[in-house]
Amino acid sequence: MSNFMFLFRGGETPTSPERMQAQMQKWMNWIQRLRNDGKYIAGDPLQGTGKVLRSPNKVITDGPFAEGKEIVGGYFLVRAETIDEAADMAKDCPIFEGGGSVEVRPVQVINP
Amino acid sequence: MSDAASIHSLVDHFFRHQSGKLVAVMTRVFGLQNLELVEDVVQGALVQALEAWKIHGVPEDPAAWMYRVARNKALDVIRHRDVADRLNPEWTRLVGRDEGADPLSLLFLSHEIADSQLRMIFTCCHPQLPEESQIALTLKTLCGFSTPEIARALLTTEANVKKRIARAKRKFIDEEIQFEVPSGDALKARLGSVHTVLYLLFNEGYSSSQPYELIRRDLCEEAIRLCLLLFDHPASTNSETAALLALMLLHASRFDARLDESGNILLLEEQDRGRWNQNLIERGIYYLNESASGDHISRYHLEAAIAAHHSIAAGFAETNWAAILLLYDDLTQLHPSPIHELNRAIAVAQVSGPDAGIAAIQRIRGLESLDDYHLLHATLGELHRRAGRAEEARRCFRRAMECTVSMSEQRLLERKLHDCDVLADSAKRI
Repeated sequence: MSNFMFLFRGGETPTSPERMQAQMQKWMNWIQRLRNDGKYIAGDPLQGTGKVLRSPNKVITDGPFAEGKEIVGGYFLVRAETIDEAADMAKDCPIFEGGGSVEVRPVQVINP
Repeated sequence: MSDAASIHSLVDHFFRHQSGKLVAVMTRVFGLQNLELVEDVVQGALVQALEAWKIHGVPEDPAAWMYRVARNKALDVIRHRDVADRLNPEWTRLVGRDEGADPLSLLFLSHEIADSQLRMIFTCCHPQLPEESQIALTLKTLCGFSTPEIARALLTTEANVKKRIARAKRKFIDEEIQFEVPSGDALKARLGSVHTVLYLLFNEGYSSSQPYELIRRDLCEEAIRLCLLLFDHPASTNSETAALLALMLLHASRFDARLDESGNILLLEEQDRGRWNQNLIERGIYYLNESASGDHISRYHLEAAIAAHHSIAAGFAETNWAAILLLYDDLTQLHPSPIHELNRAIAVAQVSGPDAGIAAIQRIRGLESLDDYHLLHATLGELHRRAGRAEEARRCFRRAMECTVSMSEQRLLERKLHDCDVLADSAKRI
């Protein structure tokens, strides 16, 4: 078993409360399935704001640091046998219905 | 968050109802004249909850979480935007009252939320607003419906809904309408228009012209929810509110039984009474009893009492039609309306036969106003059919079909036409 990170970008935010709840429900169902399979480890949403420091002068600028749809909105840490299995798990993510993306990255094992 | 942690779930329509509560609370902060700003703040809070919860799961107390976010967003607006001079006087009063306390938090106490929602109900039903604006605004601000959802619910276009809501917002500004529950005689008069709006909202949902079953249920549920809010608040609880609530609950009890598996309309006499919701019937009867306290009988009392007779009858034939007819006599006196008289004629037919029913219809004052009303012709058709006049019945059912675009009504009328064919065949055989 290895750990993988899902990075969520973009996706559509509905404006109607009822559709918000419908989207919410889809995410809850997806996370519940990952949990039931023992795949889900952790996850956090990220705020849409922040600061960026750049070399060489470490000048601090406010976000946005990327195009709106390129901003990472949150991440999951999950368990999977292989990167292919992890990518398969990400296929059910509701983010795709709104045109978003999921980046699947293996977590580097420090002590192999 | 560990693997074992259970995922908290959300009750149905949580976002929608939170939206209604937050808009009401925020209107107390920013004033009725800043509704756009209020809607922005609320939308921001809902989006933040959605974005956080879909990744992290729903917190243990989602409502409290959302209130904190909304409160912070409101504070941001107050600090960063030049709104201080435009704020609601009530807000200024709250801030000035107690330097140490956090006035925003006070507004999120449950009785204050209920109070804000009540103000919003009375505001949406303000007599300065045209009726269609009242209903659209109620759905938007109190029920959290989006513009496309309102358009679908009211069978109109999004552009129309926007116009109706914009008209209301302009009135709030031009007429300097205050965000408050009126008092004294004004309260009595306004409560009447609140009842009318909720009654219309319920009927929009109950009427079979609305093709989407889910929307119909939503509208009826919302009308009941808002009516309960009225009943539970000391300013608006009275026997008429109780009667309206009883009326809605008793009708809603038949929701599941009104359609067969294919979505076809089942008439009262065809419905499986085992599918009537007994819980709703009991609650309806409870509020009907509550409504008996006053010295004043309203149309809602009479309509609720009629609905109650149907609810407690063992079957269509066993229904106490004589009692229902007396109630319709009172109703048509108290609230003269050709539609009530048409319904009364159906009771007459049950008591004295189809020809007496037809005669009662012919005596309706203002009968010509019902000429395009499909239920007039459908009722006449049914009474002629019962009297054995297949040809007359057919003519009436065909006329009824010309008057309705509803697919389910059309199917029902086709079924009735088929009944006429059966009747004509059996007549030939004799």
